[in-house]
Amino acid sequence: MAEPLLVVENVSRRFGGLLAVNAASLTAPAARITALIGPNGAGKTTLFAVISGFLKPSAGRVRYAGEDVTGEPPHLLARRGIARTFQIVQPFAGLTVRDNILVGAHLRHRARPAALAVAEGIGREVGLGDVLDRPAHTLTVAGRKRLELARVLATAPKLLLLDEVLAGLNPSEIRDFVPVIRAFCARGIAIVMIEHVMQAVMSLAAHVYVLAEGRVIAEGTPGQVAADPAVVEAYLGRGAAAQLRSAHGH
Amino acid sequence: MKAFVAIAIVVAALACVPVFVHSNVVLNFLVVTLMIALAGQGWNILGGYGGQYSFGHAAFFGTGAYTTAILQADYGVNGWLGFAAGIAAGAAVGAIIGGLAFRAGLRSSYFALVTLAFAEVLRILASVAPITGAGVGILIKLDLRAQAFQFQSRAIFYLVILALVAVALIITQLLERSRFGVWLIAVRENEDAAMALGVNATAIKLGAMIVSAAITAAAGCFYMQYFLFIDAGLGYGTWISIEALLTPIIGGVGTVFGALVGALMVKSLGEGAKLIAGDAPGLDLMIYGAVLVLVIRYAPRGIVGALADIYAHVTRRFAAPRKPAAEAAHG
Amino acid sequence: MLSPLILTSAVLNGLLIGAVYALVALGLTLIYGVLHIINFAHGALLSAALFAAFFAFQKLGLDPYLAVFLLAPAFFALGYALQRFVISPASHGDDRNMLLVTLGLAVLIENALLYAFRADTRTLDLAYGFKSIDLGFTFLSMPRLISFVAVFAVALALWLIMRFTDTGKAIRAVAKEKLGAELAGIDVAHIYALTFGLGTACVAIAACLLIPSYYVNPSAGNAFVLIAFTIVVLGGMGSVPGALIGGFVIGVVESLSGFFFGESLGQVGIFLIFIAVLLLRPRGLFGASA
Repeated sequence: MAEPLLVVENVSRRFGGLLAVNAASLTAPAARITALIGPNGAGKTTLFAVISGFLKPSAGRVRYAGEDVTGEPPHLLARRGIARTFQIVQPFAGLTVRDNILVGAHLRHRARPAALAVAEGIGREVGLGDVLDRPAHTLTVAGRKRLELARVLATAPKLLLLDEVLAGLNPSEIRDFVPVIRAFCARGIAIVMIEHVMQAVMSLAAHVYVLAEGRVIAEGTPGQVAADPAVVEAYLGRGAAAQLRSAHGH
Repeated sequence: MKAFVAIAIVVAALACVPVFVHSNVVLNFLVVTLMIALAGQGWNILGGYGGQYSFGHAAFFGTGAYTTAILQADYGVNGWLGFAAGIAAGAAVGAIIGGLAFRAGLRSSYFALVTLAFAEVLRILASVAPITGAGVGILIKLDLRAQAFQFQSRAIFYLVILALVAVALIITQLLERSRFGVWLIAVRENEDAAMALGVNATAIKLGAMIVSAAITAAAGCFYMQYFLFIDAGLGYGTWISIEALLTPIIGGVGTVFGALVGALMVKSLGEGAKLIAGDAPGLDLMIYGAVLVLVIRYAPRGIVGALADIYAHVTRRFAAPRKPAAEAAHG
Repeated sequence: MLSPLILTSAVLNGLLIGAVYALVALGLTLIYGVLHIINFAHGALLSAALFAAFFAFQKLGLDPYLAVFLLAPAFFALGYALQRFVISPASHGDDRNMLLVTLGLAVLIENALLYAFRADTRTLDLAYGFKSIDLGFTFLSMPRLISFVAVFAVALALWLIMRFTDTGKAIRAVAKEKLGAELAGIDVAHIYALTFGLGTACVAIAACLLIPSYYVNPSAGNAFVLIAFTIVVLGGMGSVPGALIGGFVIGVVESLSGFFFGESLGQVGIFLIFIAVLLLRPRGLFGASA
């Protein structure tokens, strides 16, 4: 069996005295959605930063498409096909929606007309067709999230790292987003998503990793992970799993 | 295409000026103004489009001027060749300063500080080194032949600097529409987001720095041909660093015509002040300082930017009323 | 050849002049530490303060060591007003705009001084201007000695304010965590302006201490302030001990290199240190990450 598209091997990242990520390992196959969950401060975004080249790991390796890409800078990883969104959305505020997506499109298309066509197409695909000429800073939160997706999609990635892309959206907006994400998956893109919105994780993810205090404490299907007492305790505190069990009369 | 037509019209209009204006005083004013505009157009590439604010563009202006001065005065090199060499030298200095600063990851205030420091180092060195004439400076011999890049008539100098400004306008316009330009603007707006989209921010910034330095160096070379004299304070002094950044900021950062508009405004203001209050040292720069503060306070996108905002506001006003009618139709 | 006595003399004088550098740097680092802006107008304000001290003596007959009690509060008010009513509203929340505004102020102030008072260099002839203390192997200039002591007094006063007054605690809170401080009810705009005022007051005090042994012209402040920038970058932006220690280090370095290399090249040396620190270790010896 071929190696999965993304293989993270025992990655650690230290900040002075703080070990933000502690020997974390995960894999993400193509055309699948892998979720990374865990309480706040668990090190999920730090791990993303390492995978996408914004931080170098203190230890461990990152393998992508069979090659060791540990420590390569973000722009080279993007060229290889690794794309990431940011937890706090970062649109190019002064530019129009179309021009925002254009930046991404130019990665694979040097000529302006071709890149513009791609940008426009993707903009419509994620539902921003009506606002292509508006300045990015006038978009709603949901609009900005779509823009973030569109921008990153324009770089024709094979691996998509989504950092809390559903945060700040109301339930109906989330419902609208889920099929969009599924559609990327159907194109063969591997997706790793950091999420707190559990309903989305349950319905989207094929495989879930749980990170707490920098370590992977559990992994498995969404159902397996939800039932794991260690996971419940990571979120709700020590003894919570036992309390819940006794409350349910097990 | 529309944009290039606009450039052609503006340049053609400006080219007609010597037909109507014969006063040497006015022509001199226009020549200097266009030269400052050129220096500003250089700054605008790095600062306006790239968002990297250099406070030491004098480093390139002075290098251009001194290079062509030394080649002509000490080695008898032709004025036009000296011009080309000056531009190349300016670009090289830009590559060095940019390479060091961007590799070290300097941004924002730290970048401004380091460019300021480099310019000052060059100024001090030029004021003591024998090759640059130390405190005395360098004087090129008068040789009023076109082959030597010197002209009897001010009108010709005017047309030459206008041509240079036109070239810079075209370069800026081409840049705006190119992938390099799109990526440069992205780096300005948000460097991290740009990198995540595959933009090699360091390489892009360095490229912009080199183009920026070359254009400002060209202004320095022209200065040399027009005034025939350069010294450390003129070539590497803070006055040119300030004027090079002031003109695009006031005219409109990150726009094609910004530096030109800004130069015309700023220089006119300076001359006007001198006419009213007398030609005392410090008056023009004092006004420039005040204008800079006022522009940032009330019109941070400069004149061209403010006009663009007004235009957008007006067009949106006329587009808006359609919506309610459509909604009423749906019921 | 170079007797240790001469070296010691150079070092001692370096320490004395370094004290005033440290005071100027202190104002700069305070402003950076709290407002996170590099105050490009610092040098022009120093020039303005030098002129103010000069005229205080010429027109009002006030000795600089007395004028300081008038000028420090006056410049505090000036700094407060500049930050509150000019710099802050002009920044529109963007770092780059603040760079430009402080630069604009610098150009405005320096050239206003040039326009009003011309470029001629003036000096104050004070009775004690040339007084010095004879240590046997060297002479220590009296005004410089007084500055040295005064700088420690100012540093101590600032430390006491920061440590023990409510205002000082508010300043430290804002420096550490602006949003949190705001949520706790601290008026951040006021604290910013206050800090800028304090930084400017430091400059005014430095001017009064300097003027007996220094000169006055519109660009005098600039020469000084580039040294102050070097100190602040070396010692670490926002670090008060860094500014003090850095001040003394640079003072000694300048004194010694002036000895070996002569005036102008000494300046280049300082700039090169400046550039090197910026390129290699922007956070300096004691500062937080850039």
